[in-house]
Amino acid sequence: MIDTINTTLRRIPAWTIYMVGAAWAAWLFYLGLTGGLGPEPINALEREYGALGLKLLIAGLAVTPLRKYAGINLLKFRRALGVTTFFYILAHFCVWALLDVGTFARVWQEIVKRPYVTVGMVSFVLMIPLAITSNNRSLRKLGGAAWRKLHKLTYLIAILGGVHYLWLVKGFQIEPIIYMIVILALLAARLKWNRRKSVMA
Amino acid sequence: GAIGLVGTSANAAGEELTPNTLEEITSYNNYYEFGTGKSDPANNAHQLETADWKITIDGMVDNPGEYALADLMDGLDIEERIYRFRCVEAWSMVVPWNGVELADILNKAGVQSDAKYVAFETVVQPDNMIGVRRGVLDFPYVEGLRLDEAMNPLTLMATGIYGEPIANQNGAPIRLVVPWKYGFKSIKSIVRMTLTDEEPDTSWNKTNAREYGFYSNVNPEVSHPRWSQASERVIGGGLFAARQDTLMFNGYEKDVASMYDGMDLSEKF
Repeated sequence: MIDTINTTLRRIPAWTIYMVGAAWAAWLFYLGLTGGLGPEPINALEREYGALGLKLLIAGLAVTPLRKYAGINLLKFRRALGVTTFFYILAHFCVWALLDVGTFARVWQEIVKRPYVTVGMVSFVLMIPLAITSNNRSLRKLGGAAWRKLHKLTYLIAILGGVHYLWLVKGFQIEPIIYMIVILALLAARLKWNRRKSVMA
Repeated sequence: GAIGLVGTSANAAGEELTPNTLEEITSYNNYYEFGTGKSDPANNAHQLETADWKITIDGMVDNPGEYALADLMDGLDIEERIYRFRCVEAWSMVVPWNGVELADILNKAGVQSDAKYVAFETVVQPDNMIGVRRGVLDFPYVEGLRLDEAMNPLTLMATGIYGEPIANQNGAPIRLVVPWKYGFKSIKSIVRMTLTDEEPDTSWNKTNAREYGFYSNVNPEVSHPRWSQASERVIGGGLFAARQDTLMFNGYEKDVASMYDGMDLSEKF
């Protein structure tokens, strides 16, 4: 079963993620233009891009635990998942800044004055160095150890992204709580529980 | 007549308001009993049971009791009022309501002289309301107005939009409309009105008092703690529509500002 999955996965090229990601983003934009996202498409598109970005981020975080615990190997897709995450969060930011808030002065004011925007913005800014170094040349230049250390920023980015979502909803809503739990669970799955045992031994 | 009213008190800023389409008004709603997404009410509110609607009017009134909706409306003129509608989430639309002044209904019940507030309550039908089952808020949804706000000629009890019975997702069969306050004050599907001398609880204030005050007058100068209220997205403008500036008291300053003379609106928000 696992072997079949892995064999199938090996046949799918990683660029499929970029293609599907770009096509889906364009489709959502088209829906926004033509009324498919309801009578207020700006906020709707903003939320669609943001939520998809968060889902892709979670998918990226799931790669290691899936390999470790289920033996499913998605490693070759991880870079594409990460870059596509950045692409969606960039789109989310652009819709918010350009179409929703509108002026640079107001954008800056919102970033500085609204904690949930600040948190989201920090998360986005932290993604920039990861997006820039997501190519093989950067990996060689930085060296594997330094590159991996830098890309551990993803953990912080994910937590901040989850907080951003939790913070912006009204009332008791279950979705952002579920996202946060999933993010924390995927991070917890990376903790090396056996370290303490070996110390004790 | 109705047109004259639309041109004068209802349209305080003096410019022509172009109503949103019925499609827009009935497809972009907040009605948390039916879910928190903007299209959830349109998708789920068909389950609302509105037959034989009754409203209890109690507290400090001369004629307390349970009234059939038809009896309550009997003899009152239904007018059209084209009002701006400004949501606390910083979006807005223009709605052509049909309804009666709340004052006329309250006068039927006979408000006693010591009453200072009106408390309102929305119907709770857990079997029909997914948001109630999920506990999104502490239901029933409750709201309140000071008596002078309730008696203001702008304050409407709406039973229709565009001359048609009000859609379930818009608060059928009867809802409050207070055009100078954020939309959540305009409580939907009302089953109880209580005249009282104490400031009543309001749902969003109970949930988060720091963010939602009792008054919740539209005020571009007082930010919501999480977002600015200085401008608003206009429903129906499309993907490239610019925000418009939010008006003090949502454009009804001339008609309502005097009720708040001497009040610090940043404290009594």
